[in-house]
Amino acid sequence: MGTLPELFQAWFADRGWAPRPHQLALLGAVQGGSSALLVAPTGGGKTLAGFLPSLVDLHEKPRPEGKGSLHTLYISPLKALAVDIARNLTAPVEAMGLPIRIETRTGDTPANRRARQRVDPPNFLLTTPESLALLLTLPDAGEMFAGLHAIVVDEIHALAGTKRGDQLALGLARLATLAPGARRIGLSATVAHPTPLRAYLSPTGRPEDVALVQGAPGAAPSLDILLPEGRLPWGGHMGLASMPEVYRRIRGAGVTIVFVNTRAQSELCFQALWRLNDDNLPIGLHHGSLTVEQRRKVEAAMADGRLRAVVATASLDLGIDWGAVDQVVQVGAPKGVSRLLQRIGRANHRMDEASQAVLVPANRFEVIECVAARQAISANELDGDPPREGGLDVLCQHILAVAVAGPFHPNDLYREVLRAAPYASLSRQDFDDALRFVEDGGYALQSYDRFRRLFRDAEGMIHIRGPAAARQLRMNLGTIVETPLVKVRLRGGPVLGEVEEWFVSTLTAGDCFIFAGQMLRFEGLDALACIVSRGGEGDPRVPAYAGSRMPLTTHLAARVRGILHDPKSWPALPESVREWLRLQQHVSVMPPRDGLLVETFPRGDRWFLVAYCFEGRLAHQTLGMLVTKRMERLGMAPLGYLATDYVLACWSAFEPHGIERLFEEDILGEELEAWMAESSMLRRTFRNIATIAGLIEKNHPGQEKSGRTMTMNADLIYDVLRRHEPDHILLRATRREAAAGLTDVARISLLLARARAGGIRHMALDRASPLSVPALIEEGREWVAGGAQDALLAEAADLVAEATDGADLFNEILANVTEAIPPRGDRDRARRPRDPKRRNARFIRSAPKNLGAPR
Amino acid sequence: MNAAPLHIAGQRLMLDPAGVAIWPAEKLLVVSDLHLEKGSSFAARGSFVPPYDTRETLERLALALRRWRPERLVLLGDSFHDRHGCARLHASDCAALQRMLGALAQVVWVLGNHDPEPPVGLPGTATEEYRHGPFVFRHIAQPGRAVPPGELSGHYHPKATMPVRSGAVTRPCFLTDGRRLLLPAFGAYTGGLEVRDPAIASLFPRGGRAFLLGAERLFSFPTGPLRGAAPVPETANAPP
Repeated sequence: MGTLPELFQAWFADRGWAPRPHQLALLGAVQGGSSALLVAPTGGGKTLAGFLPSLVDLHEKPRPEGKGSLHTLYISPLKALAVDIARNLTAPVEAMGLPIRIETRTGDTPANRRARQRVDPPNFLLTTPESLALLLTLPDAGEMFAGLHAIVVDEIHALAGTKRGDQLALGLARLATLAPGARRIGLSATVAHPTPLRAYLSPTGRPEDVALVQGAPGAAPSLDILLPEGRLPWGGHMGLASMPEVYRRIRGAGVTIVFVNTRAQSELCFQALWRLNDDNLPIGLHHGSLTVEQRRKVEAAMADGRLRAVVATASLDLGIDWGAVDQVVQVGAPKGVSRLLQRIGRANHRMDEASQAVLVPANRFEVIECVAARQAISANELDGDPPREGGLDVLCQHILAVAVAGPFHPNDLYREVLRAAPYASLSRQDFDDALRFVEDGGYALQSYDRFRRLFRDAEGMIHIRGPAAARQLRMNLGTIVETPLVKVRLRGGPVLGEVEEWFVSTLTAGDCFIFAGQMLRFEGLDALACIVSRGGEGDPRVPAYAGSRMPLTTHLAARVRGILHDPKSWPALPESVREWLRLQQHVSVMPPRDGLLVETFPRGDRWFLVAYCFEGRLAHQTLGMLVTKRMERLGMAPLGYLATDYVLACWSAFEPHGIERLFEEDILGEELEAWMAESSMLRRTFRNIATIAGLIEKNHPGQEKSGRTMTMNADLIYDVLRRHEPDHILLRATRREAAAGLTDVARISLLLARARAGGIRHMALDRASPLSVPALIEEGREWVAGGAQDALLAEAADLVAEATDGADLFNEILANVTEAIPPRGDRDRARRPRDPKRRNARFIRSAPKNLGAPR
Repeated sequence: MNAAPLHIAGQRLMLDPAGVAIWPAEKLLVVSDLHLEKGSSFAARGSFVPPYDTRETLERLALALRRWRPERLVLLGDSFHDRHGCARLHASDCAALQRMLGALAQVVWVLGNHDPEPPVGLPGTATEEYRHGPFVFRHIAQPGRAVPPGELSGHYHPKATMPVRSGAVTRPCFLTDGRRLLLPAFGAYTGGLEVRDPAIASLFPRGGRAFLLGAERLFSFPTGPLRGAAPVPETANAPP
């Protein structure tokens, strides 16, 4: 336990506060010279606790201005958080008259201030992992950090286990070399497993070297489950049916955050709330695709209490403490307990008062999931991913960054890297390969000798050759790889935000879509942006973003399965859900806790197979691909499949039988191998890895359209490399990451093992069972031929041929054919028959028709 | 591999899904935009993309030559990614190329914007434009309607996006209106330009037909006239 100097005690007393035990415990640990991890619920005064040791130290030993003045480095995952903390810290520093200068350094910091910070650093420097990485590439980084006393890593649970976290871990290892005296302080929300976090923070990579300080648990949150009036929807994830109730809750409370799961959902909920908003309550919208200025405006309005509610996505999961949030509404299933707790914690950042939260399930399965989440929270069970190994791509970038900062010896750097927990088990072979990659690409065919980026001197020290590499590195630093985005600009007006490029490519002039809370009409593309005007008529679409949906966690899935299996737990469910389950019992059986229930039934002109796996959408997607491949081999002629978080549904031309063979564990063998190599997931992973490792240039939004692009398509590189050097370090990194990221593959093998042990219960029904309905009306179907695009092309070509009567003699005939089909963008759209397929495009959902523009 | 016949200027050409065209009557094979040594060109600027592109491209070309056994080979320009590309050839690639070309009766290097100078030390003759029978082979298609039928060119790297049931598929393609033929880029590291792009679409004011490259066959689609997007084919109804 540390003790506070009188000045500090008086400051606390003046405010009617008393230092919390964990604040003093952390102070004691750090004053004892140890690094420490503080785990405390939101609202526990964590940030102040993290800075307290530094405040006290500087109070006792003030630092002179100039080179050695940097005392504490604060790193947060969010720029905005760094800025906000700087503001919050200024108050106590000024009130106590402490001789401390606090500054931030982020991408937004003006160049002149950044230059000054190098000569005359502040005492507290607040920054992000990316800005720290940039700082470390400066040749004078050593001098700047030499006197560093403490490093505070905020929201460490959100960084560890990600590539940003890998980069930070390597940066911390570098700092440990530059400033061996600096102790580390980690601040984390409540997590299931604090030990990996301690290891992550540890200067040695060992958890024992970091003291653990646990804050008292906060008051248990009060959790309501809100059902829509009238019928409970069978399917859908948007939860729009519950908006009237949500609106009433907003009206009844002071300030509300309405959390949703996807950006598309946020746009729709926002629209729906404004349609109901007869009282004209100020309701805002916040998601990651809006412009930074817009988000800041909403955040500022929220902080000033000018908003009654904000509809937000994960963009608000972390961040600024607004203090005055009275309730949190979660629309749609929570998907994970830890995530839900984090969100609930945004309400009421005072830890001793219960947070008010409302769960709004969008369909029947989600009701069960919400009940399961509530049980998990009251049983105090959190889910969490096990730690993963650091990425080799991040290591490549780091090696180049170290080289840019100054010459190094590979042995020294290898030892240093091992002290970063994510790289603790890095083999020398991988390290050397990464180094060789940075040097000249590291290919077996050594034809790039004369273009080397690095050279070794007589003592084995590695130097960088020429300034070009440094420039390249600084342009591409960081581990966040954006999908190509296009700005959305109002004609003659401001930029509203960004949507993914592929979404724009599906738009035709005159199409309208909902974005930034408005109905927009697509006018066209110019060099830099997608030009829109306000208003527009017809079916609006909603830009969705690939991969924005979180899969259900294993832990929560197990609880859902448990509830379904055990009728004794049904009284916790609302009546309509109970009735649904009883109907299922009557028509079929309930999914067993162990083992696997598979139903087959005819419907329309095809056969359906529904497997109740409960392993999350990603796992089901992969499983769907594997099972349909197997069905194809067995001659069942599968046509397509669909994955939800709960079930996998496949449909086929012929009746599936011998179900056991479809779920044998060996489907994970060849079929998976074959699929993996071709899968778009692996290609996407490779693109990210190649970008982070510095093989291809980063997308700089807006810039790629101007000037000639010198980047090369990652897919082409992937194909060539896979054929000619399948063991190259980047391909190894890709496979490793896919295997780890594919926790879904691990989940599939778990599921198959469970099916083998518990047995497969096959129910051959004559029609759809109640439990299968939500899946059958789900959107987002995958077509068999997910990899075999050729089959789809052939189908499309045949249909065109059919439509044009097989006219493959062109010249005159072709002209007739093509002229008969008006080009897109024709003003006279009414005459064009509405194309039924467009609405099936993946990720693009049609908004309900009854939505108008907000007022 | 099923090649598709195409009649231009009274002659029958075969379009090979590998991305080459053959004029069987003259035992002539046409290929465009090899962009050899693009990898090392990037490496010179500090971007170490895998150096196997030349090898890959030559292997694919050798396959096509084995399949069609032509006597003549016409390369429609941009055979090397830059003017020093030829000098950077790896010894083994250079030998393979020489062997391959040496077996042919005639090799014509049409010069492109990337390789405006003839390659040094390789068999064949270089020219800005090559005429044979009714055909003219050039790197960049001549704009305008007045071009007589029978122009074969490369340069644009045409690719087309076709909407299919689950989204869209983009592939390199041949593009023709029965008068001129644009060949897809053959090189391993060559990207593509959408046929809807005005640069390509303006060459086909009355629209044309795109032949998308598939693994075993070509997929043919009409493309709309100027600036028009490819029409969306009607497809069967989706399940439930």
